[in-house]
Amino acid sequence: MTNTVPPTNAAPPTNAAPPANTAPPANTAPPATPRPALAITATGLRKSYGGKPVLDGIDLRVPAGTVFALLGPNGAGKTTTVRILSTLIAADGGRASVAGHDLAAEPGAVRAAIGVTGQFSAVDTLLSARENLILMADLYHLGRRPGRRRAAELLDRFGLGDVAGQPISTFSGGLRRRLDLAMTLVGGPRVIFLDEPTTGLDPRSRRGLWAIVRELVAGGVTIFLTTQYLEEADQLADRIGVLDHGRIVAEGTAAELKRLVPGGHITVHVADPSALAAAAAALGATAVDEDALTAQVPSDQPGTSGDSTSDNPTSGNPASSNTASAVRSVLDRLDAAGVAITDLSVHTPDLDDVFLALTSDH
Amino acid sequence: MPTHVVTDTLTLLRRNLRHTIRYPSMTIGAVFGPVIMLLLFIGVLGKTLGTGLASGGTGLAGTGLTSTGLTSTAHPAAYIAYIAPGIIITAVASGSMATAVAVCVDMTEGVVDRFRTMPVSRVAILAAHVINSMLTTIVAAVGVAVVAVALGFRPHATTARWLAAAGLLVLLGLALTWLAVAMGLVSATPEAASNSPMLIAILPFVGSAFAPAALMPAGVRQFAEYQPFTPAIETVRGLLAGTPTGHNALLALGWCAVIGAGGYAWALAAFRTPRAH
Repeated sequence: MTNTVPPTNAAPPTNAAPPANTAPPANTAPPATPRPALAITATGLRKSYGGKPVLDGIDLRVPAGTVFALLGPNGAGKTTTVRILSTLIAADGGRASVAGHDLAAEPGAVRAAIGVTGQFSAVDTLLSARENLILMADLYHLGRRPGRRRAAELLDRFGLGDVAGQPISTFSGGLRRRLDLAMTLVGGPRVIFLDEPTTGLDPRSRRGLWAIVRELVAGGVTIFLTTQYLEEADQLADRIGVLDHGRIVAEGTAAELKRLVPGGHITVHVADPSALAAAAAALGATAVDEDALTAQVPSDQPGTSGDSTSDNPTSGNPASSNTASAVRSVLDRLDAAGVAITDLSVHTPDLDDVFLALTSDH
Repeated sequence: MPTHVVTDTLTLLRRNLRHTIRYPSMTIGAVFGPVIMLLLFIGVLGKTLGTGLASGGTGLAGTGLTSTGLTSTAHPAAYIAYIAPGIIITAVASGSMATAVAVCVDMTEGVVDRFRTMPVSRVAILAAHVINSMLTTIVAAVGVAVVAVALGFRPHATTARWLAAAGLLVLLGLALTWLAVAMGLVSATPEAASNSPMLIAILPFVGSAFAPAALMPAGVRQFAEYQPFTPAIETVRGLLAGTPTGHNALLALGWCAVIGAGGYAWALAAFRTPRAH
């Protein structure tokens, strides 16, 4: 069972190597596990606590070398899913395999292939950053000198070199999380679980962590991420599963999910009720708020957005050109009707809408 | 899946020793508590208790403290011969039981959950705690013995008997430490982890550590005679005093085996059961 884990994380070309081994002849005599095209599979995962179902039949298929985000409100079952897939707890029902190894039958092989960064920092606070990394290296049996080299390399890569010897108690949340992730990488995992990796981080630290995740994926690692930040899923994930009450209620790319909810709208703000009436008439407003003195029109047709946002971090806005022409048309019509407005705002559909539409109130 | 129990244990022991050195308050308590107790029993209460025991006149054979041939000024010195083994055992018991808190605190640290997701030997994670705690306990027991000698404890034992006594103490410590690990694992909070083992740490008091069971009221006496610490105390006392230990040695070894095996099995089972949070 040791054939699979080179303890170096030095960016294998691709883990998946899909075309090469469609029908692997059992030429490597011992356990001839084909390199999995799917890094994670699960069917019908169930887990209850005290008779209360937390996971109610989860199916997952995550291709190797991709990022999958499990998105859901608090208590949806995200952490439970990660705890099951990372061998911390056993599922009550269903099957799952990670990195080609069945969770129930070969937990040891799974553990050798994965890295986990949990929601709460899993660093030893009484050790220094370097000692933490060396502890990991020793537990992965990297050997004394290679282990120390690996620790130094990771300290460097994660910008921890200056604080390597300082007590962790002096670390900020962002620094701690970086060390946490560095520790996860010591063993060169092929599948990494990140359970709400940026919860509680400031925006700069969050972006730094995203950059690291992208680097890892570029190196062929598979990432299974849970988050309640839609922007994070939008930024990082190839595919997103929306989890609610222990069930996957929707799954797809960010663009596919956004198509599930109504499109964006433009809201104009006016100064008085008479202007509101005029504006509503001129625009054919779909919604009018008499108290707020606002009128709303759709900015685009749902389903016209088709861009992929993950490689376009600045916009994240589907159908922006549609929106621009819609805004122009709104302003033109208001001008023609002689209506003065005090303000105009554009709401574009984002994963927030998906989230709110698909997950129930708590 | 190759497991590296020994390597992993040593790696994790290094981690635990660093904790002990950097966060020494528990250890200091474990070492100084029994020493203070010794000073208290000898310096403050020694004379009274020694006199009381001497006039009670039973159970003190071989300690030099008999109802005949002792002047009252000799009582403290004789009493120390009686209670020093008891206090050493108390040091072993309380040192072992302190492991429960350390283990419980450690389990609440995220890093142990990390170990669980790694190909690390489960036994190694617990064994590192046990060895670390044993080292602390040995330091405490040696500390108490040294102070006892400084206070006038003059055991007449051969090297072989000293080693036998030390061996029994180590076995007892090992057994109790595994039990404490299990108790720490099943405790929901560090507070709880310090309470239930306390009951075990005070058992020597309700045994023959400080006074012969024969002098105790009925009920308490039967309990004192049959509880696990009494044969251990009697054996150590006998070994150090150079008197026969009778069936107590076998009884003590039996208790160690039962407590140790039970504690070990319980601890591993408890560690494999995930903690709810």
